[in-house]
Amino acid sequence: MSALSLSSQDLGSAQRELRRRKLTAFLFVAPLLVFLAFTFVAPIGSMLFRSVHNPNVADLIPDTLERMDDWDGEALPDADVLNQFALDLKRLANERTSGRLAGEVNRVLPGASSVIQSTARRMRTVSDDELEAGGAALLFEAHANWEQVTIWHAIRESGKPFTFAHYLTAMDLEQSRSGAIQARDGPRIYVTLYIQSLRIALTITLLTFLLGYPLSYFLANAPTRTANILLIFVLLPFWTSLLVRTTSWIALLQTNGVVNTALMGVGLTSSPFQMLYTESATIIAMTHILLPFMILPLYSVMKGIDPSYLRAAMSMGAKPIPAFLRIYFPMTLPGLSAGALLVFIVSVGYYITPALVGGADGQMISNLIAFHMQQSNNWPLAAALGSLLLFVILVLYWTYDRLVGAKNISFG
Amino acid sequence: MKKLSAALVGIGALLIATTAIAQQQTLTVVSFGGAYGAAQKRHMVDPFMEKTGHRILFEDYSGGIAELKAQVESGNVQWDVVDIEVIDLERACAEGLLEVIPRDILPPGDDGTPAMEDFMEGALDNECGVGVIFWTTLYAINTETIGPNKPSTIEDLFDTQKFPGKRALRKRPQVNLEWALIADGVDRSKVYEVLATEEGQARAFAKLDTIKSDVVWFDSWSQAPQLLNDGGAIMVQSANGRFYAAIQDEGRPFEMIWDGHVYDLDVLSIVRGSKNQELAREFIQFATGTVPLAGMQEVAYGPTRKSSGPLVDPAVLPLLPSSHIDAGIKADGVFWADYGESLGEKFNEWLLR
Repeated sequence: MSALSLSSQDLGSAQRELRRRKLTAFLFVAPLLVFLAFTFVAPIGSMLFRSVHNPNVADLIPDTLERMDDWDGEALPDADVLNQFALDLKRLANERTSGRLAGEVNRVLPGASSVIQSTARRMRTVSDDELEAGGAALLFEAHANWEQVTIWHAIRESGKPFTFAHYLTAMDLEQSRSGAIQARDGPRIYVTLYIQSLRIALTITLLTFLLGYPLSYFLANAPTRTANILLIFVLLPFWTSLLVRTTSWIALLQTNGVVNTALMGVGLTSSPFQMLYTESATIIAMTHILLPFMILPLYSVMKGIDPSYLRAAMSMGAKPIPAFLRIYFPMTLPGLSAGALLVFIVSVGYYITPALVGGADGQMISNLIAFHMQQSNNWPLAAALGSLLLFVILVLYWTYDRLVGAKNISFG
Repeated sequence: MKKLSAALVGIGALLIATTAIAQQQTLTVVSFGGAYGAAQKRHMVDPFMEKTGHRILFEDYSGGIAELKAQVESGNVQWDVVDIEVIDLERACAEGLLEVIPRDILPPGDDGTPAMEDFMEGALDNECGVGVIFWTTLYAINTETIGPNKPSTIEDLFDTQKFPGKRALRKRPQVNLEWALIADGVDRSKVYEVLATEEGQARAFAKLDTIKSDVVWFDSWSQAPQLLNDGGAIMVQSANGRFYAAIQDEGRPFEMIWDGHVYDLDVLSIVRGSKNQELAREFIQFATGTVPLAGMQEVAYGPTRKSSGPLVDPAVLPLLPSSHIDAGIKADGVFWADYGESLGEKFNEWLLR
C-alpha cells in the first residue's frame, strides 16, 4: 500500500489535472445544456407551473377575496364583502379588465360571464360612495344570480392562486363543495380522448411494424445498389413537408378523389365511400407519415446482423420459420423497440394530420389542447391536459422499461 | 487626408439615411389574408403607404384572440392594428387586449355626413373597434350536381329525406346552433334568447343530432369551396366572400342560399400597448373612409358607411349581405363572448358522442 501511495505533491497535481479535464468536458457540453434549458426544461417547467398556478382572479379582486376569508359558505357573504365586490367590479369595468374576471369565473360556473359582464357595465355609472354604502343592493338589482350562493362559491374557487382543479377537469372529475372528488357535472370528454389517442397511436405503431419490418428486412439483405436506391424512396417522403403529404392524402381520399374514382372505375362499388374526415383517414395518413421512423432504426439494426447466424441455425436442422423467430427476430428487437417507441410517442401527440383529415371522430387529445390554447383561451386547462399527456407517456415508458428494458433500444 | 474626408462623408450620409428611416415609421397591420386581404391591401394598405410615406407590414392570421392575448400579457406587442371578428371583439375588448378608439377621430363621409351618422348600425357598437365590412355565413349548392330539386331554406339543410347527401359545416358551435334552432321552428328574433337557456341548448343539439351522420366537419373556411367543388358535399357552409370569389374568379357553378344567413362585422382595432398608437389611429382614420370601404365590394363584403353605397357596382349590390338583411339574423357578439367557451365544450362533447 505504502509503495503505491503518491506523494502529496503528485496527488495535488493529479487532482488539478482531473479538475481541468472535467472542466473541459463540461465546457464542451455547456452549449447543449444551455440550449436544453431554454428549449426544453424552461417551457415544460412553465407549463407544469401554469397548470396549477393561476393568480389572475387573485390579482384582479384581492380586497374582495380577503374579506371573503371568514365566510362560512352557507348563507350569502356579508354585505361588507358584497359592497367591496361592487367597488372592485366598477374599477375593473373602468380598467376594461372585467372580461378577464368574467372569463375566469365562467370556467368554474358556466354562464357566470354574462352575469358579471352585465353587472360590471351597470356599476360603471355609480359613484364610489354609493357602492360603498349599498353596493349589495345594487348587485341584486343588476342580476338575480347575485342572491344565490353558487356564484360566490365560484368566485372564491377561482380566486385561489394554486389549484389542482384543472387536473381534475382534465380527468373528467371535479371537487364537490364538501371536498369529495366526483365525476364532473359538465361535459365529460377528456378521458375518452386520451384513450382514443392511445388507441390510435397503438394502431399506427402496429401498422408501421407490419409494413416496415418486411421492407427493412428486404432492404438489409438486398444488394447495396438496390438497397440504396430503395432507401431514397423511403427517405424522399421523409424530406417532404408534412403539410404536403397530409394534403395529398386529402386529394387521394376525398369523396371524388383518386381512390374512390379508381374503386368505382373497376366496378368494386357503385357509390363513393366516405373515407376522408374519419378515424381511418387519420390512421392511414399518419401511418404513411411515420413509417420512416420505424424503417430506419430497423434497417440499421438488421444491417448489423451477421447472416451466418441464421445459416448456422438452419444447418443445425432448424426450420426456416422457427430459425427466424428464435434467432433473427430477437436480434432485431433493439431496432424494433426504438422504432416502436419513436412512432408511438410521436403519434400520441400528433396534431396537424388529425386536424386536417380526422373530421369529428379522428380527433386526438392534442386537438383539444390546441382548442383550449387558441379558441377558448383556457391556458391552465391546456397546460394541465399537456402535462397529463406527458405523465401518461412517462408511465408507459417506465412500464416498457420494466418489461423490455430501455437499454435494449438501439438505432443501429 | 483623402481617406479621412471620404470616411466623414460616408458617416454623414449614413446619419442622413438613419434620420430619414427614423421619420418613416413602420406599422404592423394584421388581417385574414386570401381574397379579402388582397382587397384590403389594394384599397387600404397601399394607398395609405403612398399617401403618408410610412411603411406597413401587412400580415395574415386566422382569427381568434390567443395571439393577441399572448402579446399583450407578455408585454411584447408586435402588432399595431388588427382586423377582428365581432364575435371575438367583445371578449378581446373586455379582457383589456385592445385600445379604446375615440369616436371623434373618425372623419366625416366624402359627402359630408358626420361619421356618427354615416356609419351603419352596429359598426360602432363596441368602443374598441371601427367596423370595416359586413360579411355573412351562409350555405351554397353546386347547381351542376344538386339535381332538379333545389334547397332554398335552412329547414332544407336539415331535411335529409328531401335532400339526401353530405352537408359540410365548420366545426364550431357558432352559426350551427343558431341554424339548428331556426330549423326547429324557433322565431328568428328569439334565437339567442332560446340558446341562452339549458332547454334551448339541448333542443339545438337534438336538432343537430338528426343530421349528425350526414355532416362533414371542416376546420377552415378555405376548405369549404373545395368540398362543394369535388362533390364531397351537396350543401356547404362558408363566408359569402369565399363563394363569391369561387364563382367570380374561378367560374364555379355555385349558388348561395341566403335564407337564415348569420351576418356579422369585421372591425379594425388597435392592440393595447402598441408602440405606434398615433400612426395606428391615422391608419384607421384612412382605412375606414368612404372610398377604401367601398373597395371591399371586390369580395362581396358590404361597406359599413352609408356614403360608400353610391360607389358600389350595381352588379355586386344584390350579392352583398346588406341586400339580404331581412332573410338573416345578426350574429350576437355579446352572447358568444359569454357562452362561447361553455358551448364550445358541449359541442366538442357532442361531436365525440
